[in-house]
Amino acid sequence: MNGQGLLKGMLLTLRHFVESYADDIKYGFKKFSPDVDNFETRQGTQTRGVFTVQYPDEKLAMPERFRFVPFLVVEDWDDELNPGKDWCTSCGICAKVCPPQCIWIVRGDDPVTGRPIPEPEAFFIDIDICMNCGFCAEYCPFDAIKMDHDYELASYDRTTNHVFDKEKLSKEQRYWKNLAPTRAAEEADVRGGWEHKNFKKSWNTTKEQAQSAQAEKDTKRDEVRARKAAAADEKPAASVSDGPIIVGQPGKAPWEESEEIREKRRLGALQRKAIRAAKRGDG
Amino acid sequence: MVDMTAPDLDLKTGSIDDAIANLKEKFPDAVSDDTRAGYGGVIVDKGQLREVAQYLKQNLGFDYLSSATAVDYLGEGQHTTDDHLEMVYHAYRTSGGSALVFKAQTDRDDAVVPSLVPVWKGADFQESEVYDLFGIKFTDHPNLRRILLWDGFHGHPMRKDWKEPYYEEEAKPFGSRWPGGQVHRAEEKTIFGKNVQYPADIDLSRLTDISESKLYEGFGMGVDVQKVTHDGVETDQLIVNMGPHHPSTHGVFRMIMRLDGESVRDLEPIMGYLHRNHEKIGERNTWLHNIPFTDRLDYISSMGNNHGYVLAVEQLLAHNKRWKPPTYRAEVLRVLMVEMSRIINHLWAIGFWLNDIGAFFTPVLYFIEERERMMDFFEAVAGSRMMCNYMRFGGVFADLPERLRSTANLMNDRVRDYNTMQFLTEMINERIPRTIDDLEELLTENEIVKVRSIGVGILSKEDAINYSTAGPLLRGSGVAYDIRRADPYSIYPELDFDVAVRNEGDMYARYSVRVQEMRESIRILKQILPRLEYTANESATANNGSHGDKAPLGEAYGRVENGKGELGYYVVSAGNKRATSNPWRYHVRAPSFINLTPLGAMSEGMKVADVVGILGSIDIVLGETDR
Amino acid sequence: MELNLQELSTTQYPVPADMANNVAITSLSKLYNWGRRNSMWPMLFGLACCAIEMIATASSRFDFSRFGMEVMRATPRQSDLMIVSGTVTKKMIVPIVRLYNQMPEPKYVLAMGACASGGGPFKEGYNVVSGIDKYLPTDVYVPGCPPTPQALLFGMIALQKKIDGESLSLMDDVPWYGVGPSEPTPVPILGPDIIDPRQMDMIRRRAESGARQADTAVMDVSRELPAWRSPALATGAVAEGGSGTATASAEATGELTAIPGGKAPWEESEEIYEQRRINALRRKAIRASRRTQEG
Repeated sequence: MNGQGLLKGMLLTLRHFVESYADDIKYGFKKFSPDVDNFETRQGTQTRGVFTVQYPDEKLAMPERFRFVPFLVVEDWDDELNPGKDWCTSCGICAKVCPPQCIWIVRGDDPVTGRPIPEPEAFFIDIDICMNCGFCAEYCPFDAIKMDHDYELASYDRTTNHVFDKEKLSKEQRYWKNLAPTRAAEEADVRGGWEHKNFKKSWNTTKEQAQSAQAEKDTKRDEVRARKAAAADEKPAASVSDGPIIVGQPGKAPWEESEEIREKRRLGALQRKAIRAAKRGDG
Repeated sequence: MVDMTAPDLDLKTGSIDDAIANLKEKFPDAVSDDTRAGYGGVIVDKGQLREVAQYLKQNLGFDYLSSATAVDYLGEGQHTTDDHLEMVYHAYRTSGGSALVFKAQTDRDDAVVPSLVPVWKGADFQESEVYDLFGIKFTDHPNLRRILLWDGFHGHPMRKDWKEPYYEEEAKPFGSRWPGGQVHRAEEKTIFGKNVQYPADIDLSRLTDISESKLYEGFGMGVDVQKVTHDGVETDQLIVNMGPHHPSTHGVFRMIMRLDGESVRDLEPIMGYLHRNHEKIGERNTWLHNIPFTDRLDYISSMGNNHGYVLAVEQLLAHNKRWKPPTYRAEVLRVLMVEMSRIINHLWAIGFWLNDIGAFFTPVLYFIEERERMMDFFEAVAGSRMMCNYMRFGGVFADLPERLRSTANLMNDRVRDYNTMQFLTEMINERIPRTIDDLEELLTENEIVKVRSIGVGILSKEDAINYSTAGPLLRGSGVAYDIRRADPYSIYPELDFDVAVRNEGDMYARYSVRVQEMRESIRILKQILPRLEYTANESATANNGSHGDKAPLGEAYGRVENGKGELGYYVVSAGNKRATSNPWRYHVRAPSFINLTPLGAMSEGMKVADVVGILGSIDIVLGETDR
Repeated sequence: MELNLQELSTTQYPVPADMANNVAITSLSKLYNWGRRNSMWPMLFGLACCAIEMIATASSRFDFSRFGMEVMRATPRQSDLMIVSGTVTKKMIVPIVRLYNQMPEPKYVLAMGACASGGGPFKEGYNVVSGIDKYLPTDVYVPGCPPTPQALLFGMIALQKKIDGESLSLMDDVPWYGVGPSEPTPVPILGPDIIDPRQMDMIRRRAESGARQADTAVMDVSRELPAWRSPALATGAVAEGGSGTATASAEATGELTAIPGGKAPWEESEEIYEQRRINALRRKAIRASRRTQEG
C-alpha cells in the first residue's frame, strides 16, 4: 500500500521520541541529577534514548590513551632526591618523530664544562601546529613526554600563549600516574621501578638487571633519606648555590657509588640548576 | 564480451607477465621493461602511449585505470641519470588480479604526454591534477585546467624545484628543532607575515582575479544569454554557481551548472578549496610521519586510510632483511578497526545523502548515536575519536586495552569503565545491527526516498568502469569489484562475506549497496570476535617497525577498499644510495576525487535538486578530494 | 534558559531582601549581552576534519542547543558566529572573507582547531593560510587537532564569557556598539599567490626593489619593520593613503581628546558623550590603519 513505508518510518521516529522519555521515568525524572549515579549506564551499550552529556556540569572523562597536546613529565615537586627534575634527557627523538615538526628543544649543557647534559635547557611546543598524533609519547625512550587529557585550552589570544614553553609543559609524575594508571604502571614495570632510569642503555638491558639495580637503589635511597633527616638541621641552605661546583666521581654505575658521591652529585646538580636560573634571570 | 573468441579470452584473463610479454611482442619499439631496482611494469614510449593503452584495454582486458600520476625525477641520481617527468599508470581488470603498471617519460622543460582520456575517461581529473601540480600538458585532453589550484597560480608546486614560502629543508626532521631549537614561527620567514611568495616578475598593474572568469569559460559567460525554445516557450539558459559554501556540498565543494529551466545542461565540479598540499608535505615527511597525515584524508574513516598507507610502505619495507610481517593479531585488529570505520563511513554517507534529499538531520542523529559509541571505542583504543593514527609498519599502535576505562582529570569529570570485549560484543551483536535495522525500517520502503532516488543519477556499468569509479558507486552499477575480493590483502581471504552489488546504477542502488555492505561488515566483525579471543595471548605490536625505519629503493602501490572506494597509495623510494627515510613520491589515489569524474555526466538532464542528491550518493569527503 | 533575576542584578543599588527575587536592577549592557550570548546562531559552515566534530557537537550527545546555538544557519545573513572549522586554504579564504563581510554585526569568529588558529599540521603547505586571524578578527581560539566536542563547547562557553564582558557604554570596546557599521574586510585576490589588498603597498615596494636588483629573489630581501610600529604612528597620527582604508571622515582623524572621567555614563553631558563617540571613531581608524600596515 502506498504510504506504508512512510508510516513505518514515522512510527520509528515516534518510538525514538518515546524512548527519549522512557529513561526519565525509570530514574524518576532525575536522570540528569548529580545525585543519581547513572552516567556510566547512560553512556554504555545497554541504554536507549537520550544520552546527552550535560557539559560542563558533567564531562566525559577521557580514556587513558586519549591524546591531546603533549606535556613533559617531571619528578614530583616534593620528591626528596630530585624535586622537579626533568625526565626529559633532550635526546631529541620526539622532535625527530614529530610529523608537523612542532617541537623545539634546546639541549642543556653544563655551565662549567660546556658539555651536553641530559636535561633540556628549553622545550617548546607550538600547539597551533601540533596534530595530537602522539608519536612523541610513543617513541620517547624515557617516558618523559606524554599526551595530556586537558582539552579545555580555548583562549582569546594565540600569539602570547599558544607556544607552550617548558614551564607550561612540565607536569609532575603523579599527574601522569593519575591520568593513566594502567599505562604508567606498565611503563614502570618495563623501566623496573617508578623512578626515571637515566642510566646508560647497557645497564638495564635485561629486566632482572634493572630490578636488582632498583632494589639496590631503593635501599640506598632509604639510607640517604634517613641520613638526610638526621642532618637536616645542620645543612646550611646557602651551600647549594655558593662555592665551587661539586663534581661527582664518574665511571661508576649509580648503585655502585658511595653515598657521599651521590650526595655530591645531587648538590652539584642543584648548583648547576641555580647557576642556570641566575643566567636566565640576567638575560 | 559475447562474441569473444577463445584466444582473446585467454589474453584477457592471462597473467600480468603474459600480458607484458604480449605487449612487448605487439609493440617491440615502444614497450620495454622497467629494469630499475625495485620497479616493475613497463616503460612505454610516449609517442605510442595511446595505442598501447588502447590495446591494453581492448585486447588485454585491462578495462579499469586505477591511478594516473606523475613523478618528478629531478636530480634523483640513482635510478635515472637524466632529469625527467614520468607518468605512472596503474591498470586493472575488473575481473580481479593485480596491476599492470606502465610509465611514460617526458622532458621536464617541454612536458607533453598524449592524454589517455580517449581511452579511459577516468583519466580526466587525474590528468588535470598532474597538469596542475606538475605542469605536464596532455594533448587532446578535453578540459585541461588547474583543478586544485587556481588559474594564475605561479608554478607547478609538486615539481621538485618548486619551494613553498615556508620552505625550511628538503626533508624532515628539520635540523633547527634539535639540539639548538630556538622556537620560531614560520611567518617570520616572510616579510608579509603570511604564507605567501610572489614571483619576481609580478605584474602589479594587472592584479585582477582571473581565476573566476576562467572557471566560467565554456559556460557562455560574457556572451549574450542563450535563448532556448521549448514547445514554443522561449526561455533563457541560466548559469548557476553552487558552493563552495553550500550546506549540501559536504564541505567546500563547488559546482557550476548551466540550467535550462530546472534541468541541468552542463555541470562542472570545481574543487581545490581544501587542497592542503598533502602530497608535497608527504614528500618532506619521513615514512612514519605520513601515518597521522593520512588520518586527515578521508577524516571519516581514518583507520582505512592508515591501512592503505601501511600496506603500501610495507611492500617496500618487506625487502629489508630484518623485516617481519605483522602478527596475526595485528591483522585481526586492523580488520576490526577498518570494518568498524566502514560502518561509520556508510552511516554518515547515507545520513548526509538524506540531508541532501530532504530528510534533514533526523536520520543523521539516529546514526550518530551509534557512531559516538564506536568513537568511544576508537578513543579508548587508539587515543583519538577521529584521527586514530592506529596502524604502524608491521603492526598496530597498541593492543586492545583490557578495559575501556577513563580517568577523572578535570572538574566534573564522570568516569566510565567497560570491559572491552563485552563492549565490542554488544556493539557488534546488538547495537549496530539494530541501528541498521532501524535505518532500513526508516528508509528502504520509504516512498519519498524511493521517488527521489530511483532512476536518478544513473551511471551505466560501462561508464562506471570507464570513469574509474570505485566503491559503492561502481558496485551500484553492477560491477562486482571489491578489492577485498579482487586483489585480496590482510586476512580477507579467510573471511566469509559477499560483495554487495546492485545493477540499477541509480541513487537507490547505491543506497542499497551501502546498507548491504554494512551488513557484510557486521558479518565480518562477527568473525573477528572469535579471532580476537583466539589470539588474545599473541602480541599485536611485536613486529612494529621503529621510528627510523628506512625503505629500500623501489616503488609500491598499496590499495584498500575503503568506505568510499579504492584508496591507493603510490609511493616511491628513491634519491638515495640504499634506502631512504623520506618518500621521493607519495601519491594518494583518492576515491572521492576520481568518483567525481562522472558527476557531470550523471547530472545531465537531471533537476537541480537531484544534483545535490547525486553528489550525496557519490559520497565524497573533501579532505580526500582535494588532499 | 530561565532568567535568573539575582544573577542579573547589579549590586550597586541596594534592593530590599524581600524583593530580591522579584526585582532586577541591571544595566542595559548586561541584559543585551545576556540575550546575545544565549542566542548565538552559528553559521552552517564546515571546512575540513573539524567540521565533523562540529556536527558531532551539534548532534544528540553534546547538543549545543543547550547553549541556545541550535539554529545553524546556512546563510551568513542570519548568523552571529562563524566557526572556522578546519584548514583555511588560500583558495577558500576568498569566500570566507566574503561570507564574513555578509554577516550582520555583532559577529564573532571562533577558530576551531589548530589549522584555523595557526595553520596546524598543514602550515608548511603552499596553499594553506596560517591562521584565520591573518584575515579576520578572531575572538576565540580552540586548540586541538581536532578539538573534541567538549573542547569546542568549552570554547563556546569562553565566547559567551567574552560577550558578557562587552559593554554598550564604552563605545570602542567592541567595534559595533554605537559607532556605526564597520568597514568590510577587503577580499583577498587570487593572483600568482594570494594577495591581501591591505598589503598591496608592501607587495608593490617589494616588487620594485626586486626589479631593481634583478637577480635577487623577492623573498631573500632582509626583513623590515612593519610601518605601523614606527613611533610616529603610535602617537595617533595616521599615515595617509593606506590603500585598504576608505577615506575617513573628518571626525575620524585627528588627536584623541582626553575626557574627564569619574562620572557614570548617564550623568555625562551631551558634549562629553559626543566626544566619546568621536574618540571611538578615531581609535577605530587608527586600528584600521594599523591593520592595513601590519597585514
